[in-house]
Amino acid sequence: MTSTEEAVVTTPGRRLPVTDLSLVVLVGATGSGKSTFARRHFKPTEVVSSDFCRGLVADDENDQSASGDAFDVLHYIVGKRLAAGRLTVVDATNVQQESRRQLVRLAREHDVLPIAIVLDVPEEVCAARNATRADRADMPRHVIARHRRELRRSLRGLEREGFRKVHILRSVEEADSAEIVLERRYNDLRHLTGPFDIIGDIHGCSSELETLLGKLGYEDGGHPEGRTAVFVGDLVDRGPDSPGVLRRVMGMVAAGNALCVPGNHENKLGRWLKGRNVQHTHGLAETIEQLEKEDARDPAFREQVREFIDKLVSHYVLDEGKLVVCHAGLPEKYHGRTSGRVRSHALYGETTGETDEFGLPVRYPWAEDYRGRAAVVYGHTPVPDTSWINNTICLDTGAVFGGKMTALRWPERELVDVPAEKVWYEPVRPLVTEAPGGREGRPLDLADVQGRRVVETRHMSRIGVREENAAAALEVMSRFAVDPRLLAYLPPTMAPVATSREDGSGKAADGSFLEHPAEAFAQYRADGVARVVCEEKHMGSRAVALVCRDAAAAHARFGVGGGTSHAEGRAGGPTGALHTRTGRPFFDDPAITEEILERLRTAVTAAGLWDELGTDWLLLDAELMPWSLKASGLLRSQYAAVGAASGAVLPKAGAALEAAVARGVAVEGLLDRQHERTADAAAFTDAYRRYCWSTDGLDGVRLAPFQILAVQGRSLAAVPHDEQLAWLDKLVEHDPSGLLQVTRRLIVDTADEASVRAGVDWWLEMTARGGEGMVVKPLQALARDGKGRLVQPGIKVRGREYLRIIYGPEYTRPQNLDRLRNRFLNHKRSLALREYALGLEALDRLADGEPLWRVHEAVFAVLALESEPVDPRL
Amino acid sequence: MGPEQTILKRVFLTISTTGTLERPATDLGFLLHKHPDKAQSFSTSHGTAHVFYPEASAERCTAALLLEVDPVALVRRGKGKGRGGAPDAALAQYVNDRPYAASSLLAVALSTVFKSALRGVCAALPGRAEALLPLRIEVPALPARGGAQLVGKLFGPLGWSSVAVEPVPLDAQFPEWGDSRYVQLVLEGELRLADALRQLYVLLPVLDDAKHYWVAPDEVDKLLRAGEGWLAEHPEQKLITSRYLSRRWGLTRQAMERLELVRLAEADDLQVEDVDNAVDETSDTEERPVPLAEQRRDAVLTALRDAGASRVLDLGCGQGQLVQALLKDVRFTEIVGVDVSVRALTIAARRLKLDRLGERQAARVKLMQGSLTYTDKRLTGYDAAVLSEVIEHLDLPRLPALEYAVFGSARPHTVLVTTPNVEYNVRWETLPAGHVRHGDHRFEWTREEFGRWAEGVAERHGYTVRFVPVGPDDPEVGPPTQMAVFEMTSKEAKAA
Repeated sequence: MTSTEEAVVTTPGRRLPVTDLSLVVLVGATGSGKSTFARRHFKPTEVVSSDFCRGLVADDENDQSASGDAFDVLHYIVGKRLAAGRLTVVDATNVQQESRRQLVRLAREHDVLPIAIVLDVPEEVCAARNATRADRADMPRHVIARHRRELRRSLRGLEREGFRKVHILRSVEEADSAEIVLERRYNDLRHLTGPFDIIGDIHGCSSELETLLGKLGYEDGGHPEGRTAVFVGDLVDRGPDSPGVLRRVMGMVAAGNALCVPGNHENKLGRWLKGRNVQHTHGLAETIEQLEKEDARDPAFREQVREFIDKLVSHYVLDEGKLVVCHAGLPEKYHGRTSGRVRSHALYGETTGETDEFGLPVRYPWAEDYRGRAAVVYGHTPVPDTSWINNTICLDTGAVFGGKMTALRWPERELVDVPAEKVWYEPVRPLVTEAPGGREGRPLDLADVQGRRVVETRHMSRIGVREENAAAALEVMSRFAVDPRLLAYLPPTMAPVATSREDGSGKAADGSFLEHPAEAFAQYRADGVARVVCEEKHMGSRAVALVCRDAAAAHARFGVGGGTSHAEGRAGGPTGALHTRTGRPFFDDPAITEEILERLRTAVTAAGLWDELGTDWLLLDAELMPWSLKASGLLRSQYAAVGAASGAVLPKAGAALEAAVARGVAVEGLLDRQHERTADAAAFTDAYRRYCWSTDGLDGVRLAPFQILAVQGRSLAAVPHDEQLAWLDKLVEHDPSGLLQVTRRLIVDTADEASVRAGVDWWLEMTARGGEGMVVKPLQALARDGKGRLVQPGIKVRGREYLRIIYGPEYTRPQNLDRLRNRFLNHKRSLALREYALGLEALDRLADGEPLWRVHEAVFAVLALESEPVDPRL
Repeated sequence: MGPEQTILKRVFLTISTTGTLERPATDLGFLLHKHPDKAQSFSTSHGTAHVFYPEASAERCTAALLLEVDPVALVRRGKGKGRGGAPDAALAQYVNDRPYAASSLLAVALSTVFKSALRGVCAALPGRAEALLPLRIEVPALPARGGAQLVGKLFGPLGWSSVAVEPVPLDAQFPEWGDSRYVQLVLEGELRLADALRQLYVLLPVLDDAKHYWVAPDEVDKLLRAGEGWLAEHPEQKLITSRYLSRRWGLTRQAMERLELVRLAEADDLQVEDVDNAVDETSDTEERPVPLAEQRRDAVLTALRDAGASRVLDLGCGQGQLVQALLKDVRFTEIVGVDVSVRALTIAARRLKLDRLGERQAARVKLMQGSLTYTDKRLTGYDAAVLSEVIEHLDLPRLPALEYAVFGSARPHTVLVTTPNVEYNVRWETLPAGHVRHGDHRFEWTREEFGRWAEGVAERHGYTVRFVPVGPDDPEVGPPTQMAVFEMTSKEAKAA
């Protein structure tokens, strides 16, 4: 793509190659037949003509006074088409250099090739053609003559002006017989669907490369299953055997078993091989030395390398556009484009212009901004471990620096790596966990969370967050949430059980159920989950507790406290956090939080969990009671207020109705309804009162933990619930303060009828005593169905009485129930799963010690999703 | 249906009068145009209103109005296009799930059922309609924002001989929860029936002060008609009209705009007011001697002019008062208002009439959502930043994040920070001891505390700082507002 073709005099019937994404500029005097030519060879929508644009802005295609505006419009349309990646043909005279210069600039702005097709036909022909057109019949002859003069002056300079192909058609016959041949761009390999094994930076580590190829299943450069290797470049320099690596890769590419994009090191080597003056730094010296040794054995090798490097294409678009491979990463707008800056970005990446403390350029974190659909796989920046960021992944794991060599299986998205055999080359700067650009420990930036976002998750791939939801989350996160460093997790919403169609069959005195456990068991059975645990649902407020062994541990792991900052307040700083499901601190007074944490800590210590779990901190998911502690505002304004109002109104209205009946006024119907409402109101008040009790400081406060989410270096989200509950039972047992409360549970075999019946009875008994209900969870915690999709981590089955609080006192009446059964759970379920996957992701990122912004990104997304519209009663 | 709707399907009031054989109390039936021996039902837009008489004798006659609210009808009203409309049924249900104005329903029912009586028309007994009548009106559960005191203030001047207001406790089982927002109201006195009904028609919704989802645009006319003869002289006229009309528009729209926040509040069992409280619509102690807010703006403007700033950030711009003041001085060529509250920004945009501003003016001002607990590249490169009454809205542990975002990342040459001086609080007569000036203030600092923080910030980030009192500088407790003026040191400025 880089070579410029010579301007050629086209012979009749000549095929004119045109790159499939390019800006084709027709050049010719008025009447030279450009429009006819364009019509014959291109789709009507591909052609943008100046006459047409003149018509658009001035209602007259020949109004020369409108030319300025018309060309603005033309450039605008062309710009939009090129930005969208569409071949575009400009039908205007373009005989003046200035007009062509603007088009070349436009092409470059959109990183496509400008191509000129010149219609150089005699003046007489032009004049004769114009004469046949009513609107041009009186065009002065000197206009054509001027066009012709300008054209002739332009002809030789077109390449210099930047046109990458120039086709000159010297006669009417040539113009009439020419044929356009669309050529695919070199980087466009969308038709290749792999499967691929994309291999990260090698840097002359020939032995590790052979091991990795072997591990990937390659035998002597070929894969028995026909897989294709794709090398992200930097094959050479620094390492012990760059020629060996080149020989292997060149052989595989030549045999059609591999693709290769150039790295900056190949680029430099290529320039050296061409005899250019380059500095022998960054490991080039080693390569030169090795190549010189190779000369003796194989004199032709050096030339083969030169040719190989010369032909490398800076990036490839593969697999129907789903995959982009290049050396240093590439923003979406450069995918499949062809320009100097695309090549430069693909080879070197973008830098901010700053240098770091090691004198190395600071790279612009393009991946953080990336929102493209195509996965971008690249190398260039050595990192100790790879991870997906916004659908991009860096495969340079510093093999030559003693790290490892990494490959990505595509489309499987599996990582395969082999350790370096030794440190072959000392790095200038130590390998740090550096997501591209993400300097360790940098403060959170608004760009991490604001606007429309896509979060990559391990368990559910990409999860989108809409802008308005992010805006709401930003408000809550900024104004109310605890320090994000202590906010490692937000619990997902939970879907209720599928709506029960159960007619009751005598199970409920006056009818039937809206929610019933049978559906939960059936759903998990259908999902292939054999064993589930039913956990008592405490009616309190969801709470997440982060408990550290002491303030020093909190400082060491989470970076809070211990600072000199005036505002951190108390000596020693916090030892954790206790927050709600939207990240608010539970207690305004930090001293009360610390008191609860202290009680928890005492229990953890006594239960020996620090050692058992090998950690200095625990992240707990729990329910804090009573409900009235947190929800007092809601209780006052809604629940109790309703009770108060009805308590004041109903007796008076009832008495008035009775008096009227006594007078013989026919209000019996009204009176009956009045009695019913009075009973309903009483039941309603009873329902909420069950979950309220008075507290004084921490007296009366209860915390029921039901899962340990994470500890140092480990997410425990996939630990089976029976193990989890065993830890937690021990915790409750060792709590002398009376704060902790056990969570009752029952394990049910979803395929065993008797076991299912026992589960139903357990729920009936519990809810009859006023319990809120239960949560049914797969015993194995993290479960997938037959198709490999995540299944709900828990399904709530709420008690018949409790649901009065939600659906109103009269919801059990048959006509109400029929209406309520028409509820839609799909969105709630999808939301629950997405939030669950994001929560898991936050825990995994936390466990992997990823930078704060990465953990926060997932946590923030959970909060944002919580503001999605969904029936609040579910 | 939310719980409130479900139960408050009953709204109830009684109107009683006494009489003699000559002028029987049952004349009430004629005046109300409803026969005392019949129970009558009327379909209103929100449900069915029933009128019946528990007692009807010559001595004593009581008419009862019982409204059975039909929640399904409410939901239906939420559907469809246009104002108050919701894009889908689920959402309509959701919007109507908010507590609604029980009293406005009663008011609507009053006007529907007793239309003629409200106008004072009575063909059968024209004299009685014009005459004063011994009346007793009882509303057993009247939502009253402002409490019993306000109810007294509103009905007191209207000619009743007795206005008895009894608060209804929230829950007898939990006395510590205190009173509900409902009161039991009993009015007694000699009034014209039509006047009494009109008072109720206006004041019931005013006391409720809740959200009217279905207020019609001709509401002003209605208010003037119903208030004829009593509203003009009422000492609380301003409160009555503003409450009656202030939320006329925009509420439905606001509910729609801020639903995301509503949901986040609900996820935490909170009320949306607990979360969406960045915009203060009620009384604001700190603004009470009105000039203080102005003095603060003047002090900020002066400091900005002294600093020679022309490109200015208003961080935490709220409803845009300062932005508006800055726009009036052309030396400020670029003014960026940043706030985390989308609602505040919406109001600011409306205040600044951004969509109608002339091009040159509009080019000088920009509003955007941002958060001071995150660094923000958009905020770099400005001459000055103002944080006026902002830091105290942040929890103390988050202050270092703000400090870094402003002084470490955005790094304007000049930073102005104003915050209340807590020492001055003793001078506010209306502020109970130990209270902060605003419900959302997470802390209020003494001059020493503020000084220590500001000096630390200056030292850590290469600024100098000086302090300027705003408002009357009390010799003992200092000024009501304290302002710190940070200037980047020349060394830092050069490096930048």
